[in-house]
Amino acid sequence: MNVELIIVIIVSLNLQKGFQTKTESPRWHTILSFIIYAAAILFVAGLIWSKGAQVLLWMAHALTLYLIYILFTEKTFQKARSLLLAITPFVIAILFDDIFESTGITPFKGWANFINTALLFATIWMFVMWIIINEQNKTLEKERLRTKEEEERKKLAETMNDKLEATVRERTAELTRQKDELEHALSELKSAQAQLIQSEKMASLGQLTAGIAHEIQNPLNFVNNFSELNKEMLTELREEFQKPAALRDDTLGNELIGDLINNSEKITYHGKRADNIVKSMLQHSRASSGTKEPTDINALCDEYLRLAFHGARAKDKSFNSGMESIFDPSLNAAADGTGKIKVVPQDIGRVLLNLLTNAFYEVNEKRKKDIPGFQPMVSIKTLREGDKIKITVSDNGRGIPEDIRKNIFQPFFTTKPTGEGTGLGLSLSYDIIKAHDGAITVTSVPGESTTFEIILPIN
Amino acid sequence: MKVLVVDDEHDVRLLFEQKFRREIKSGEMDFSFAYSGQEALDYLRNAAQGAVLILSDINMPGMSGLELLKRIKADSPVPPPLVMMITAYGDQQNRETAMQLGADDFLTKPVDFNELKTKLKSVG
Repeated sequence: MNVELIIVIIVSLNLQKGFQTKTESPRWHTILSFIIYAAAILFVAGLIWSKGAQVLLWMAHALTLYLIYILFTEKTFQKARSLLLAITPFVIAILFDDIFESTGITPFKGWANFINTALLFATIWMFVMWIIINEQNKTLEKERLRTKEEEERKKLAETMNDKLEATVRERTAELTRQKDELEHALSELKSAQAQLIQSEKMASLGQLTAGIAHEIQNPLNFVNNFSELNKEMLTELREEFQKPAALRDDTLGNELIGDLINNSEKITYHGKRADNIVKSMLQHSRASSGTKEPTDINALCDEYLRLAFHGARAKDKSFNSGMESIFDPSLNAAADGTGKIKVVPQDIGRVLLNLLTNAFYEVNEKRKKDIPGFQPMVSIKTLREGDKIKITVSDNGRGIPEDIRKNIFQPFFTTKPTGEGTGLGLSLSYDIIKAHDGAITVTSVPGESTTFEIILPIN
Repeated sequence: MKVLVVDDEHDVRLLFEQKFRREIKSGEMDFSFAYSGQEALDYLRNAAQGAVLILSDINMPGMSGLELLKRIKADSPVPPPLVMMITAYGDQQNRETAMQLGADDFLTKPVDFNELKTKLKSVG
């Protein structure tokens, strides 16, 4: 009985511990605790109450059977049913032994030996099975722990994954916001750049206003003077024709008619000259069409040389400079349009204006130094070289030091005092020449001269 | 009367030749032309008979009319020729500078040739 009760206590304790009944299944924890206490009481009672041994024995059996019943039927302990395999043979053997012993029946001869042997084997079986089950349980426990660990790792990974995804979402949102901000900044920058280009254009136009006025005034003066002269000559001619034939001076008449025709041509020529200046001014202020059109490069150079000169002169009354233009005759536009080069005239005009305005500025600054014998001189040359044309703008001004030369095509780089230059002229010129698939280079001898060379493809 | 006209615009010559046709034909006036300040100085240095009157534009590339005026007044024999300045820039500052440098008269473009004719005749 004692062994049976110890088995009951051990099995019950195992169930409590193995299934963590205290937290997982409190009801069964109570029942198992009751079984343990009952077994302990029976155990102690068996030691001290020998007379009631039979009663205690059957109570112990009843307790054991109840435990087996629980193990067999209760779903909670389903995983522990292997214990039944271990203890059942022993319980059956002990039950049969006690039944036959209490009834005094001997089922067959040698029963006592048989039952003792059976009990021995059942006990060995029980212990072996117990060990095996324990080992299995340990393995299962390890497996369970590993599974749990894996689940925890998985959970951790999932949590980290969630966190990572959240971080990625956050970062993506942040990057999108930054991208939007950058796009906005870029668009504002482009708009500011366009405004700056326009301001630079208008600033250079402003500088030229006086020059332009002078350039328009001169041909208009000729138009007025020649028109007045024509009127006087016509009056004179009429007077001559009103004279009697004998007194008429035919030579004078013919001379007057010749001059009248010549003057009419001059009026047309100077009218066109003024018209061209106005058109150039409008072209300069207007946004470039970006369309290349056949252009008389020599005329364009000459026009901007004069505009830049008169612009500089209007700005500083004491300014003066020599001007030299050496134009390749093969680039002179013929009446049929040959000799013209396809460029965007507004854009090339702006480049020439920038270079010439700078050249006049430089010679004027050098002039202010009162260097004995210094004669300011700005020259512009055109030359056809195979399938290219070369435009050279030179001045004998202060020159450009080498360390500055590498920066002059950078936007906003200027050596002029604040308010006198935007620092965009040469940068825009560089962009314009690049857009024409050309090249612009500078050479300079500091203190002596500067030469800008523009190469443009003819086609 | 010998007159030297200094202007970088070549067509000025036509205007004078036509406007003073009669005076030129009669020999009353003799016009010479220079198209830059330096050309005018060269002419004055080399011409057998210097000009009595010089009509000069102010706004010319190279040597301006004012510079020419200064040189003429400084270098020419006594008495220096009369110098009349003609310019499109008829502002007060130019006028004052010209007068300070010894200009004898000042006209603004477009030139009123009838007024000029009267002035020249009064000088002659």
